[in-house]
Amino acid sequence: MSTPRSSTGGARANAARVELASTAALRDTMGAYYRSLGDAAERGAAPVAWCTSVGPAELLRALGFAVFFPENHAAMLGAARTANRYLPLAHAQGYSPDVCSYLTSDIGAFLARETPLAAYGLRETPRADVLVFNTNQCRDVRDWFEWYARQWGVPLIGITSPRAIGDVRDDDVDAVTRQIEVLVPPLEAVAGHRLDAARLTAAVRASKESSVLWEACLQTAAHRPAPLTFFDGTIHMGPAVVLRGTPDAAVYYRTLLSELEARTREDVGAVPGENLRLYWDGMPLWGRLRALATTFAEFRTAVVASTYCNSWILSQLDEADPFRSFARASLELFIARAEAPKERYIERMVEFYDADGIIFHDCRTCPNNTNTRYGMPRRLTERLGIPTLVLDGDVNDLRCFSDEQARTNIEGFVEQLADARASARRGGRP
Amino acid sequence: MTRFAGIDSGSWNTKAAVIDADGRVLGTSVVRSGADLEAAARSAYGDALEKAALAPHDVEAIWATGFGRNSVTFAHGSRTELDCHGRGAAFYVSGPLVVLDIGGEDAKVIRLDADGRRLSHRMNRKCAAGTGSFLDEIALRLGVETGELPRLAANSADVLELSSFCTVFAGTELLTLIRAGKRPADLAMAAYRSLVRRVSAMDVFEGRIVATGGVVTYHPRVVELLAAELRTEVTVPPHPQEMGAFGAALAARDGAASVGPEAAPRVGARRASAGGPDEP
Repeated sequence: MSTPRSSTGGARANAARVELASTAALRDTMGAYYRSLGDAAERGAAPVAWCTSVGPAELLRALGFAVFFPENHAAMLGAARTANRYLPLAHAQGYSPDVCSYLTSDIGAFLARETPLAAYGLRETPRADVLVFNTNQCRDVRDWFEWYARQWGVPLIGITSPRAIGDVRDDDVDAVTRQIEVLVPPLEAVAGHRLDAARLTAAVRASKESSVLWEACLQTAAHRPAPLTFFDGTIHMGPAVVLRGTPDAAVYYRTLLSELEARTREDVGAVPGENLRLYWDGMPLWGRLRALATTFAEFRTAVVASTYCNSWILSQLDEADPFRSFARASLELFIARAEAPKERYIERMVEFYDADGIIFHDCRTCPNNTNTRYGMPRRLTERLGIPTLVLDGDVNDLRCFSDEQARTNIEGFVEQLADARASARRGGRP
Repeated sequence: MTRFAGIDSGSWNTKAAVIDADGRVLGTSVVRSGADLEAAARSAYGDALEKAALAPHDVEAIWATGFGRNSVTFAHGSRTELDCHGRGAAFYVSGPLVVLDIGGEDAKVIRLDADGRRLSHRMNRKCAAGTGSFLDEIALRLGVETGELPRLAANSADVLELSSFCTVFAGTELLTLIRAGKRPADLAMAAYRSLVRRVSAMDVFEGRIVATGGVVTYHPRVVELLAAELRTEVTVPPHPQEMGAFGAALAARDGAASVGPEAAPRVGARRASAGGPDEP
């Protein structure tokens, strides 16, 4: 007769994840950045520009702006699990529950006059002197910024980008390059001085260096066991997002890379006993990062890589041709591409990281960074011969996510992968 | 003779099955899950043992499944309901096959290969449409018990359409149809048709189709409509409502390894704080 197992509540509590020591340096780096925003917005140290995540941050840095990234701010609301408190305030203003919950939670927090940046001494969301968007990822970023432009009566400018691009053509790059050039005069007017070419070169050089180091950090996960997971990546990508164009990001990524390389030398995995390896496509569920990381760790499954964390690898940046190289980088990013290049990209990633399966997050309010809606999971399963799982959820709106259903989905997927591996070891017998 | 048991702790009902080593069912039971899942599991297991004329010491191993599988502390292992419904269906019908399980609060499509290995699964989205709860809602609007829907639908004469997109929308559509003087019999049938359209859009149904779960047990018209919608034969195996419990008993017999927390190594364990904020 078998021995009954104990209650699993205790077992779940023992789920292992190995934290990175670099997290302390990350907190210092991000904290200094947030405090610098307070210095700019509340003490007038510099003009403030809002910038979408792949907006022309290097240009803004070169002009001396303190650069605020509202997507990072919205992710903080999600991670703090306060977003659902703010969403109804934006919905009541006529912003649909079906549009980006980054947008609605951020506007809701503004209406509530609350911000997680209070932890860094800011009284409120940093007030913009100019708002600069790039629609290479979605139209919502422009709608989001328009709301603030109306609130504050400040200029709204940006890049209206081609999207769903197959092969990136020179005429697409030309068009975006021209749009960046057109941004310069109005930005100079807000900044109060002319653009210094040397500062722009330095900013692009800093971004390129940060990008190369960040990519190297992520690629350490090709090692078995992977020294970091997607869930670690979503936290540690912070400097690559908000410190583009400054040397501070590269300083941090040297520290992180050193730790990750030490882990690979010593075979220290982020998930002890790593058995299965998965690739993640789509947005994070910010309010469930820890819960999901713990669930996967319980199943000895490492989510080793993601499209999302790779989105801040801007390999094409070239200080010799700042605008054109940025234009090409923003167009070649996964999110701006059509289904076929996206599929080729995921195929390369699955091969490079030796993933056993792919998780797709069907993010309710982010159709632009959701790749489940035009048949991609089925096509990739057929072509790559590996299983895919679609998880329903949302980037910030936790009402769109079911913990129990997600757990069953994940556990069932792990069972399937583990059974297939065991069957293969037995020579194909079930 | 060695015996095994499976317990399916579902959202509405807890099911138990006791089998012998050849997979023959010796006893089954269905009880309401209620708020105390452990008590419901013990009750269902006790009933199934009684029907099998067995004592607890006659059972070699117990596996749990269902959303409450981790609450069945006297089980020796667990597998998801995705595994157990597939495992149970494959015992009766050889693959490749697609198992459609329609439960109280979820619907699942499980694809198996010729050897019964799982190829994929899909669960319904966070919505009651396409589940037993949808039928409960419709019955409530019609002022009848859910169990009366089959009798009502048997007298349907006209084909009416009801939304399959959302339970709330379907409920309001139903009120419109009632005000228009439509007959309850036709409305009950429309509800079945709506449910079938919803679940048949969950995946591509190829190969043999097996339907399990409480809805197909108590609402046989759903199976007929499903066969018509999919244009193929739909097999309902024995004890479809207890299929998850039966599959769990087979998992116990086969020693199918749990992949949950019990299987995870505890080295260097350091739990992430469940109460603190996640970090962007």
